[in-house]
Amino acid sequence: MSEVFRIAIVGSGPSGLSAAAHAAATGVSHILLEKTGHLSDTIFRYQKGKHVMATPSLLVLRSDCAFSAGRREAVLQQWDADAKAAGVNVRYNAEAKAITGAKGDFSIALTNGQVVRCETVVLAVGTQGNPNLMRCDGADLPHVQYQLDDPAEYIDEHIFVLGGGDAGIENALGLAADQAQANVVTLVNRSADFARAKEANVKALMTARDTGRITVLSETTPSLVEPGWITVETPQGVARHKCDRIIARMGSSPPRKFVEAAGVAFTSDAASAFPALSPTFETTTPGVYVIGALAGYPLIKHCMNQGHDVVEYIRGATDLKPADEPILEAKLAGLPGKMSVSEWLEFLRSRVEILYGLSPLQMREFLLDSEVKAFHAGETIFERNGVGSSLFGIAQGSVLVEVDPKNPAITVPIPAGSIFGEVGLISGRRRGATVRAGDNCIAIEIPRTAALKLMAQVPQARETVNRITTERQILQIFKSGLTPADLAEVLPLAQTVEVKAGQPIMTEGDEGDDLFIIRSGSMIVEKQVGGKNVFLSYVPAGSYSGEMALLDGGRRTATVKAAIRSQVVRLPGAPFRRLLAKKPELLKRMREEVASRRKVNAFVEEQKDNFGGVVDMYSSVASFLIDQGIGEATDVLLIDESLCVGCDNCEKACADSHEGLSRLNREAGKTYAQIHVPTSCRHCEHPYCMTDCPPNAIQRGPDGEVFISDACIGCGNCQRNCPYDVIQMDKPPPEKPPLWRWMLFGMGPGPGEPDKAWREKQPKSKVEKGKVAIKCDMCIGKAGGPACVRACPTGAAIRVSPEEFLSVALLDRG
Amino acid sequence: MAGAHGQTQRRKTSTHESFLRHGGFLFARLSLALCAGAIAVYAYAAFHDRLPQGGGTTLGYTLGALGAILIVWLALLGVRKRAVSDGHYSLKAWVSAHVYLGLSLIVIATLHTGFKFGLNVHTLAYGLMLLVIASGAVGVWAYATLPRALSNNRGDTTRKQMLGEIHDLDEQLLEAAQPLSRPNAEIVRLSLEGTDIGGGFWRRLFGAYGDCANDHAIALVGPALQVASGREATALRKVDQLLRDKAKALGKARRQMHITALLEAWLFVHVPATFALLAALLVHIVSVFLYW
Ligand SMILES: Cc1cc2nc3c(=O)[nH]c(=O)nc-3n(C[C@H](O)[C@H](O)[C@H](O)COP(=O)(O)OP(=O)(O)OC[C@H]3O[C@@H](n4cnc5c(N)ncnc54)[C@H](O)[C@@H]3O)c2cc1C
Ligand code: HEM
Ligand code: SF4
Ligand code: SF4
Ligand code: SF4
Repeated sequence: MSEVFRIAIVGSGPSGLSAAAHAAATGVSHILLEKTGHLSDTIFRYQKGKHVMATPSLLVLRSDCAFSAGRREAVLQQWDADAKAAGVNVRYNAEAKAITGAKGDFSIALTNGQVVRCETVVLAVGTQGNPNLMRCDGADLPHVQYQLDDPAEYIDEHIFVLGGGDAGIENALGLAADQAQANVVTLVNRSADFARAKEANVKALMTARDTGRITVLSETTPSLVEPGWITVETPQGVARHKCDRIIARMGSSPPRKFVEAAGVAFTSDAASAFPALSPTFETTTPGVYVIGALAGYPLIKHCMNQGHDVVEYIRGATDLKPADEPILEAKLAGLPGKMSVSEWLEFLRSRVEILYGLSPLQMREFLLDSEVKAFHAGETIFERNGVGSSLFGIAQGSVLVEVDPKNPAITVPIPAGSIFGEVGLISGRRRGATVRAGDNCIAIEIPRTAALKLMAQVPQARETVNRITTERQILQIFKSGLTPADLAEVLPLAQTVEVKAGQPIMTEGDEGDDLFIIRSGSMIVEKQVGGKNVFLSYVPAGSYSGEMALLDGGRRTATVKAAIRSQVVRLPGAPFRRLLAKKPELLKRMREEVASRRKVNAFVEEQKDNFGGVVDMYSSVASFLIDQGIGEATDVLLIDESLCVGCDNCEKACADSHEGLSRLNREAGKTYAQIHVPTSCRHCEHPYCMTDCPPNAIQRGPDGEVFISDACIGCGNCQRNCPYDVIQMDKPPPEKPPLWRWMLFGMGPGPGEPDKAWREKQPKSKVEKGKVAIKCDMCIGKAGGPACVRACPTGAAIRVSPEEFLSVALLDRG
Repeated sequence: MAGAHGQTQRRKTSTHESFLRHGGFLFARLSLALCAGAIAVYAYAAFHDRLPQGGGTTLGYTLGALGAILIVWLALLGVRKRAVSDGHYSLKAWVSAHVYLGLSLIVIATLHTGFKFGLNVHTLAYGLMLLVIASGAVGVWAYATLPRALSNNRGDTTRKQMLGEIHDLDEQLLEAAQPLSRPNAEIVRLSLEGTDIGGGFWRRLFGAYGDCANDHAIALVGPALQVASGREATALRKVDQLLRDKAKALGKARRQMHITALLEAWLFVHVPATFALLAALLVHIVSVFLYW
């Protein structure tokens, strides 16, 4: 009978390693199972020399392994030494495949056939998952690899890269970059196009193909691997090629299946959901614990602390205060009522409706991201048109929403337990109304990302938010003194619909009188004029469409389709008309709106008769901009190339007002009819870059700027997630001599981003800084606004919001 | 983060209006008013006092001081352009004012002279000023007409891509030349080593590439093809195509540099002449106060 360990830890990342080290230090019998041949594979796979950051800096480290910011190599070396010193019992090349049994007697089957027995299991497998494997014969040969560390390593080889995503394309380009290496590189893509990859990557690949540096095989799958050869199936038939190395980059599958197979329940079906955990990290299967990134804590420090704590819990600790306790204490310090951290957690959780479904552990994590604030009666919480995307939950007291901008005395109350601020959360746009405290109140302010995470994890929270937001959005759009009671008939019939980019929600000439509310995304309105599709207008999130047929009957007078992926709420016509009959004020308002929209339509049509070319131009410029993704921007830099003299003063000004690095590439990007969309952040309504930032470093500023704070750890996730390729990873160059010295004595590199040669000549600073994510922050905090625009001598550079720019004003350009 | 303070007071939106039209021709109107005012006062004074109002009179001093201040301020555009400060300013507005107020100097300075010219530093300063203004006018013409050509020529390609394309073609040429016989390989070498993509400023300015090595190479491939056969001919045909592609890529890159040079050339008069003007102006003022 093999040994039964007290704890088996699966995965030797910062969390698993720290757990094993603490088990070793406290003399608990344990085994650390690691899939690869080294510790901590995720960090092992960071780019060579990457600067690993140790945030949040306030958090104390509680681990038997040391960790401080530094180069990847130093961190790994430290951990190797710590593991040895602590006497960690680690088994390498031991990939756990299945976990069976129950608390006190688990069996972990490994892929190599061995079985490990233990009383408790700690899963610390991270979220990287496993790369999708090649399935054909010969796929297990040693020259098939799933990763490429250093493209410069391979010389004079025939290399096949499998996979048409960014990883595959970047690898192929890297291998073919230096002609001196003389590699013969082929990229194999299963589909016909490269829909999953970034445009810039695809473009670079096509150039490499056209210049003969890379061969691209599309609609091709490998069918046989032999030493020195690969056989592929192409649309033209089967072909056998010389091949010394295969690099398969076909994506990876998350570890969820493996974890679920052990009986562990997740909080929801959403891809972003985490396992449901108790305050002691125990899963729904007693005896199985989950820590680290898999538990929802992606920062190394958190991971290591949890490794320590979970072993303490397994050893029976009950009064262990989590390491983040001081942070939470500091957070809650200024509030009225003398409650302990756990009392506060319970207070909030039991009073705010959307938090009902949270576990105490989730609540803790949640509070780390959020703020609890007390407001005295009458105090303004936020103002109309302010930018902020956080969500508020009222734990005590109530708030008043000023629904009429002209008369702050007209308010609608929101009671304790409910939420407010949810519109910014859905659409990322400005606050629609001023909210002030009704009586003394206590509210929890939840940042957008944390709120979205909450909705993904807790279905109950999602439903509550959706219900409330729909109701509020309708009230806010129509105003006119509507109350929730007025909507009682309409609301239950409202339907939330997802629309793909380009998909119409109504088509010109069709029957229908439903009203649509654009909840997120945006729409474009088009009409057939003289046999051509003419662009009429742009409808941003937070407005409605379909009112003409609703009010006047008849068929749809225009086609309305999604500019980008959007969400709309469909309100049936009949009950809405009954509502209108009861509310003459609302009817009047809508009539006015219809009249002004009619005017625009008539104007465009009239122009069409007079000078068709102008309207054509207007239509085609609008559709060009929509194609460039302007429909999801809130503020975008455009360059009117009929004015641009190419002086690059815009880039220089950007660099000089941002630590010497330009966040704008003026020349790159597409141009149509002299309107150029340069490569620069568009401050998207729903920023993709925000989706997966471990330290939550990407935020929205007071003017709608999407910016990256100092918390960035340089992981590069945002760079990969931004579809517009506007994020670079770099470190600020050394400081330049002041401008006057350059002007008078020619000292330093002059205005703008200093060149590489100058950068390298400067003495190295003592503190090593890592590369971090860098992008346009719309010159946040600078009184004059964006420097690129201010510095343009001709007026070519302008910043616009789509709803302003995609209006009839465009017609003036003719 | 709560947006508790609402929208900040930053200037964010920018009007889509060129520097010439800035603010509905605000500075053009200002400048015209200034000129009209100066002429009216001058005419009145000249009529009243019945003498030409040269630098020595009160009016002359006033106009001179105004002109000097204007010139110094106009010259400061060079600093404003490069000193990126955080406050609200618009270089476009500066340039707009620069152009129109700069033009008004023609009137103001001429009136200041009282139409007295001679072979001295005073008239030199005046002449230099006219040179700066004239070159500025050329600049405005360039700024108003050339950008479209610049944009049309480049389409969606960047300068880096243009050079990259030429570089890629060179690499392909090198490879395609491998099977060639010695004399034919020399043709490729001519293109590879002899081609000057941009050349010096004057070449760029006049777009003078008549002696382009790549064109020579193309001219030589034709006859070589006539006598070649078999493998040599196949390789030569490939080379011919690549040379022609390169000629196209070169043409595009050179046109870009040509237009850019045109957009900058006038500054090579405008700026040095500004420095000369400032020096002459200083001498003019000092001498006036010392010797008059
Ligand atoms: C590029 C990049 C840069 C980053 N930079 C930073 C930074 O600077 N600072 C910071 O705080 N965070 C950073 N992060 C985040 C941080 O690296 C991770 O969140 C952290 O490593 C997660 O730790 P973990 O212990 O939960 O899992 P991981 O570190 O992912 O470790 C999981 C381990 O489990 C092993 N494993 C997986 N499945 C099995 C199995 N079935 N059987 C056995 N073993 C298995 C893996 O091989 C791996 O060694 C970065 C992330 C990335 C991707
Ligand atoms: C005596 C009068 C003038 C002086 C001293 C003067 C001086 C200058 C200086 C120093 C610059 C900055 C160049 C640089 O740094 O790049 C400049 C730019 C310029 N000037 Fe003048 N100038 C004068 C009159 C004019 C006039 C009359 C015009 C137009 C009719 C004009 C048009 C311009 C333009 C278009 C620029 C370029 C702006 C830019 O690209 O940033 N200037 N001038
Ligand atoms: S970085 Fe990219 S995804 Fe993020 S806001 Fe800017 S353009 Fe959008
Ligand atoms: S800002 Fe980008 S690079 Fe920095 S931590 Fe967030 S996702 Fe990673
Ligand atoms: S500053 Fe204006 S004119 Fe100069 S390159 Fe930028 S957009 Fe063009």
